[in-house]
Amino acid sequence: MNFAELRQQLREARAPLRFTGLGSKDFYGGALQGEPLSTLALNGVTAYEPSELFISVLAGTPVFDVEALLAQHRQRFAFEPPRFGGEGTVGGMVAAGLSGPARAALGSVRDHLLGAVMINGAGELLSFGGTVMKNVAGFDVSRVLAGSMGQLGLITEVTLKVMPLPAAVVTLRFEFEQTPALTAMNRWGGEPLPIEASAWWDGALLLRLGGAQAAVEAATQKLGGDVIPPEMAGAFWLGLRDQSDEFFVGAERAVAGGARLWRLSLPSTAPELKLHGEQLIDWGGAQRWVVTPMEPAAVREAAAKVGGHATLFRALDKSPGAFAPLSAPLAAIHRRLKASFDPNGVFNPGRLYADL
Amino acid sequence: MNAPLREPGIEPGLDRQARLRQLVAALSPLLPAHALLHQAEQTTPYECDGLTAYRQRPLAVALPETEAQVAAVLKACHRLGVPVVARGAGTGLSGGAMPHEAGLTLALAKFNRILSVEPLARTARVQCGVRNLAISEAAAAHGLYYAPDPSSQIACSIGGNIAENSGGVHCLKYGLTLHNVLRVRGYTVEGEAVEFGCEALDAPGLDLLALVVGSEGMLAVVTEVTVKLVPKPQLARCIMASFDDVRKAGDAVAAIIAAGIIPAGLEMMDKPMTAAVEDFVHAGYDLEAEAILLCESDGTPEEVAEEVAKMEAVLQAAGATRCQVSEDEAQRLKFWSGRKNAFPASGRISPDYMCMDSTIPRKHLATILLDIQQMEKKYGLRCANVFHAGDGNLHPLILFDANDPDQLQRCELFGAEILERSVALGGTVTGEHGVGVEKLNSMCVQFSAEERGQMLALKAAFDPAGTLNPGKQIPSLSRCAEYGRMHVKRGLLAFPELERF
Repeated sequence: MNFAELRQQLREARAPLRFTGLGSKDFYGGALQGEPLSTLALNGVTAYEPSELFISVLAGTPVFDVEALLAQHRQRFAFEPPRFGGEGTVGGMVAAGLSGPARAALGSVRDHLLGAVMINGAGELLSFGGTVMKNVAGFDVSRVLAGSMGQLGLITEVTLKVMPLPAAVVTLRFEFEQTPALTAMNRWGGEPLPIEASAWWDGALLLRLGGAQAAVEAATQKLGGDVIPPEMAGAFWLGLRDQSDEFFVGAERAVAGGARLWRLSLPSTAPELKLHGEQLIDWGGAQRWVVTPMEPAAVREAAAKVGGHATLFRALDKSPGAFAPLSAPLAAIHRRLKASFDPNGVFNPGRLYADL
Repeated sequence: MNAPLREPGIEPGLDRQARLRQLVAALSPLLPAHALLHQAEQTTPYECDGLTAYRQRPLAVALPETEAQVAAVLKACHRLGVPVVARGAGTGLSGGAMPHEAGLTLALAKFNRILSVEPLARTARVQCGVRNLAISEAAAAHGLYYAPDPSSQIACSIGGNIAENSGGVHCLKYGLTLHNVLRVRGYTVEGEAVEFGCEALDAPGLDLLALVVGSEGMLAVVTEVTVKLVPKPQLARCIMASFDDVRKAGDAVAAIIAAGIIPAGLEMMDKPMTAAVEDFVHAGYDLEAEAILLCESDGTPEEVAEEVAKMEAVLQAAGATRCQVSEDEAQRLKFWSGRKNAFPASGRISPDYMCMDSTIPRKHLATILLDIQQMEKKYGLRCANVFHAGDGNLHPLILFDANDPDQLQRCELFGAEILERSVALGGTVTGEHGVGVEKLNSMCVQFSAEERGQMLALKAAFDPAGTLNPGKQIPSLSRCAEYGRMHVKRGLLAFPELERF
């Protein structure tokens, strides 16, 4: 198939299509529907200039390959996208909109998205944004593709901001129960300290410092705590990022047994939630992972009560809806926006909401 | 898709006076008498924003004091089909808040309260009319500040910053408005309350906040904003480096980034601009230099010392003829004084100036500077240049005399050529000032008809009747056809060789 044929296929589709890369996030969002359309042939880096701090990549390119290239130039995706099973394509990474441990300090995949090329329901090949950081020409259409779950169109190429690797990295460990850990994460977040990531689980708080050598050394002195050996610390953050560590492995087992894994996105200062089940906290308190058999409505209510929302991340049955329901005016805008990109309603239907 | 937006108005055929009577009759019961202006002497002060070359008196101006009044006014205008143009402090430079001749200007200046500052959560909840700098002032007691700092920050409002996705001199390191806002509350064109984003770091569904930020008041009316606050750096130091060749200065910018350094600020001035500002502020700038770079580091004292040493080494290696590091805060501010006064300094050496705002990839800084020198000859006008070099954002100031129609016309052509050249180099026609009415034609060059059609359809998803700030930011298809300039292809170059997959 060539590009003209792909555009024609999208323009003429009248039955559901589902865009797929390596399938590593098939579990995420609403249930899969429709005929698969693979992006894997769209493979390759189309532009990369380290001194311009951006990289342009075709959608079907494995994230792992791109990050290996960046590492050769001592650069990285600062939003640390999760790679489930070590896999995932750049298109899926943007469409799912998920970010890893450094998100609270360094920004999300959306924050780093500079531009995107896509095909809409009219079969039009459209380019939004660009390669420069400051760009306010027209609506910021590329950024709404982050987290759109492919419901607006087929992403064919993206341009992302890349950042230098920090000169020095140190991980510190503290023993804290949940409430004092939340207080500490928020208090330190308000001080000029080079904190890149923080996570709490099972009585231990881990902080990752990253930046200039002198700054990391000074912060290590100031904060105290135990310095974790680099290999052990690296493995911890990698496991947290790719959800392959002990907590998430246990969560998957519990999900197979009928429990649910929830991602709660909350104000970082939200108090300790007394929910039945295991909790892991990262993003300085702003993201809380909960494995629980509790009723979905009760979990959603607990998150909403403190000003956040709950995503049903992994479950055998996603019928309660993967994402928290929208207010009436937002739902109306969603429906009209979807129709403006995909008038026939055939792109990845139901991945965000059942009626979308 | 691609449906033309309906031209709004009360009833086709009504004259201005009849429209005004109908609008005043509908709004009078909703607002205190002093909050509805419709006499010419009352509405004339609202006829333009910071872009004074374009003026339009609105039908009326409403100055609501409560959210209930905003909702009621929007509902009434929606019922009547009257266009609504929201307005903050009116400091915008692209005419985004220029009134609509048959519309209501919704002036939100009275929404000027800081509702809360949460030091532990590092957020502030403020009304849309609060000034940018006032947020940082309110947060200062907690060692925090609001990072985006457009040069109008003393006067500009946070609501306007949302509309324009404002930047500033520190956004290479700290991001734009988009990166520093968690949530906005406001109203749809129908007058329904709506929230985009959330007090958490993300919200369910499509990321509509990312669309609303930078939408120039075309998608919703914002009344309240939750911003992120960040810890104030303990120390900042600035290096002032001179170069005898603009190419060397441009290469130095790329070399700093390539060395893995993200400076807190990285600015460039060319020789004509340096002469103009030195004459104005007497900061001791090197008048022999073809280009001057200001390169700032901030953070802890240890961090700054390490980074300044690295930056100096890179600048020396790139061929700097002079390198001076600020010894104290007073000296740092002196280094910056010229850069901060580039606009008034230009105003002293020319009756008028037009400020451009395109962004290009950093590596082309010297190329465009040399191109602009050629254009100066072509159009017979002088141009002084200041760049946010770190993020490739150019502010060429074309000097002219507006009383001479021929100069004005040459100036406009000069500006349009800079923008087209920027797009051709892989950049964009506006980095931080917005499209407004000023750059509508240039949008035809940057985006294809299909891309503009999708943007207009996106607007219609938020505003089906097309009455929120109509006619701004996205040019109509017919306007581009009349402008007649070719769309410059960007971003799609990868595909021709990708024949099969």
